[in-house]
Amino acid sequence: MQTIQKRAGEDFDELALVQSAKKGDLEAFSELVNRYDRNIFRIAQHITHNEEDAQDVVQDAFLKAYQNLAQFQGNSKFYTWLVRIAVNEALMKLRKRRNEKTVSLDEDVETEEGSIPREVADWAPNPEQNFGQAELSDILKKTIQGLPPGFRTVFVLRDVEGLSTEETAEMLDLSVPAVKSRLLRARLQLRERLAKYFRSKKNGGGQREVH
Amino acid sequence: MKCTEFLKELTDYLDGTLSESTRAELDDHLHWCHECHVVMNTTKKTIEIYRDNQIYELPEPLRIRLHQAILSKCRGGKPGKEKA
Repeated sequence: MQTIQKRAGEDFDELALVQSAKKGDLEAFSELVNRYDRNIFRIAQHITHNEEDAQDVVQDAFLKAYQNLAQFQGNSKFYTWLVRIAVNEALMKLRKRRNEKTVSLDEDVETEEGSIPREVADWAPNPEQNFGQAELSDILKKTIQGLPPGFRTVFVLRDVEGLSTEETAEMLDLSVPAVKSRLLRARLQLRERLAKYFRSKKNGGGQREVH
Repeated sequence: MKCTEFLKELTDYLDGTLSESTRAELDDHLHWCHECHVVMNTTKKTIEIYRDNQIYELPEPLRIRLHQAILSKCRGGKPGKEKA
């Protein structure tokens, strides 16, 4: 399947906007906020599971970006740099909320859960159409929230935001193989968990033995 | 090819980033292994469902409020990094 590129920006004039913002041009910075605020909000929501925290992350990430623009060297895209800041802010929020010292992208990644499919019953055709929009949204939220932060962050950047494996690796300070391995397990775990809602009723369930 | 070997390549298979020869091997496996076929199809569907149903959209009134808050903090020059 081709990854659909939905990301905003990447325009030739982006560098010009960043240069102007560096000189204190707030209008230029405002345009950068316009381009990416929806993406940053979605990513923050997926990591924090909390709307208030996600709003804070959007504000803090853009403010931090503005304050540190001088350090942005243009070696990567502005958006890549911005997401790195936002992911860190979101993890900090998650940590505070859980009152834990460490919440990191490495948490629980050693789990073997879901790496071998057990559920092999086919799904109903277009199973999402059997649910109302609100109900479907609840199912999708509940399901993705069950993944460890390191898995759901990779899944969101790659499959929801449509970023490349290389960009995701750069944003999360992970190697390309680490991104791929987490993405595979995230996809398989989500599939396994969604199966209980989307399984085709006529075929019943199925467990499998892996060859 | 065994199912476990198929699974290892599943992500690259779905992303269309495999070499032609590996892809052909996987296609061949899918041809006779119904279970892997189901896993492949339902994983693909999982990705599509998450991609096509954005569950966390930023409502426009909230978006405007956040935007204003960001700009007013930026306008304050270089304030401390903690929120007010």
